[in-house]
Amino acid sequence: MILFPSGSISSEVWLAVVTCFAAVFTQNILLSYFLGMCSFVAVSKEIKTAVGLGAAVVLVMTCTTVLNWMAYWWVLVPLKLEFYQFILFIIIIAAFVQFLEMVLDRYSPSLYLALGIFLPLITVNCAILGAVLWMVIRGYSLIVSTGFGFGCGVGWMMAIVAMAGIRQRLDESKIPAGLRGPAITLIIAGIMALAFVGFTGVLQ
Amino acid sequence: MSNGTAVKSSKQIILDGLWFENPIFRQILGICSTLAVTNVVVNTLVMCVSLSLVTALSCATVSALRNQTPRSIRMMVQVLIIAFYVIIVDLLLKAYWPEMSRQLGPYVGLIITNCIVMGRCEAFAGSNKPWPSFIDGLFSGIGYSVVLLAIAAFRELLGMGTILGFAMPYFSTQWDKWIIMVMPPAGFFVLAMVLWICRSIDVKGQKK
Repeated sequence: MILFPSGSISSEVWLAVVTCFAAVFTQNILLSYFLGMCSFVAVSKEIKTAVGLGAAVVLVMTCTTVLNWMAYWWVLVPLKLEFYQFILFIIIIAAFVQFLEMVLDRYSPSLYLALGIFLPLITVNCAILGAVLWMVIRGYSLIVSTGFGFGCGVGWMMAIVAMAGIRQRLDESKIPAGLRGPAITLIIAGIMALAFVGFTGVLQ
Repeated sequence: MSNGTAVKSSKQIILDGLWFENPIFRQILGICSTLAVTNVVVNTLVMCVSLSLVTALSCATVSALRNQTPRSIRMMVQVLIIAFYVIIVDLLLKAYWPEMSRQLGPYVGLIITNCIVMGRCEAFAGSNKPWPSFIDGLFSGIGYSVVLLAIAAFRELLGMGTILGFAMPYFSTQWDKWIIMVMPPAGFFVLAMVLWICRSIDVKGQKK
């Protein structure tokens, strides 16, 4: 990524695209940073619910990354209150989820029915806060952060949908009693992570 | 599981935290923020100490405030209390051990969304006195730490031949180092193995 020093808008956008791809493949937030594991293990039993939760995560993650970027660089940094970041990020995420729930309920009942039950879950999903904290630590610009947030969400969604697809097949297979449930899920996640390690080096 | 009305003895709370309701292999909670740093024992140790302290202190605080907190906003209050302690831990690390703070990156902050802390506050501290809540939080944290430290020791030993940075006799010389052990996939595999072993012991115990 060092190949493209940012400066003009076009190189910034290009950097955002590269960061987005990196977040999906080489640095998948779930498979290489272990974030969002709790809901990943709990909600990956069926493809339909996995897609719903995944879509909600993509939406919330993209928007909150942008909002938190603004809050951090435009409010906290000028006021030198960076140590408040955790509280502020959590409040913004919770408030955004609540707001989204109300807007969806009012304007798009069908979407609300599809995503509604997942929204409260997302407030405590560590992947959301994790993406925001990574973005701050790595010092991304606003455009790059947008790409990063979107990429993290898509990466997470991809992982959970793939996992749900595999787990549906598992119902018919014979698994040792001690391995059933979460343990086999983790082994599959490990194999998926192994596959994703293969992407390392695609983006340098 | 005990019912909420009975008052548990400290010993029972400690045993529950360590084994009977161990957060990791009973409840699969809170693996998110810590599993990622289990490739090296030192990092895991720092994370686990921080997590146990944050859990214990926030449980005690939540419990002390339980009669003043309106039920409808209790989640928000809990999150703020947890965030308060996490900020203290983060600042302490940044001030006295900046190197470690850099290595742990965002994971210290992620203790806020760790399900264990919330889970204990909600399940235990909300209906118990501060001191039992403190013990409960502390030993849930320790029960969690023991498992993660075992994972970390295993990964560091096989992956780099060291434990806590010290070279181990056989593993640092003759052992062919398994680089995969310090990479992310091994975190999943080793945790799955731990779950498997613990649950198998459990299944046998129930048959007797």
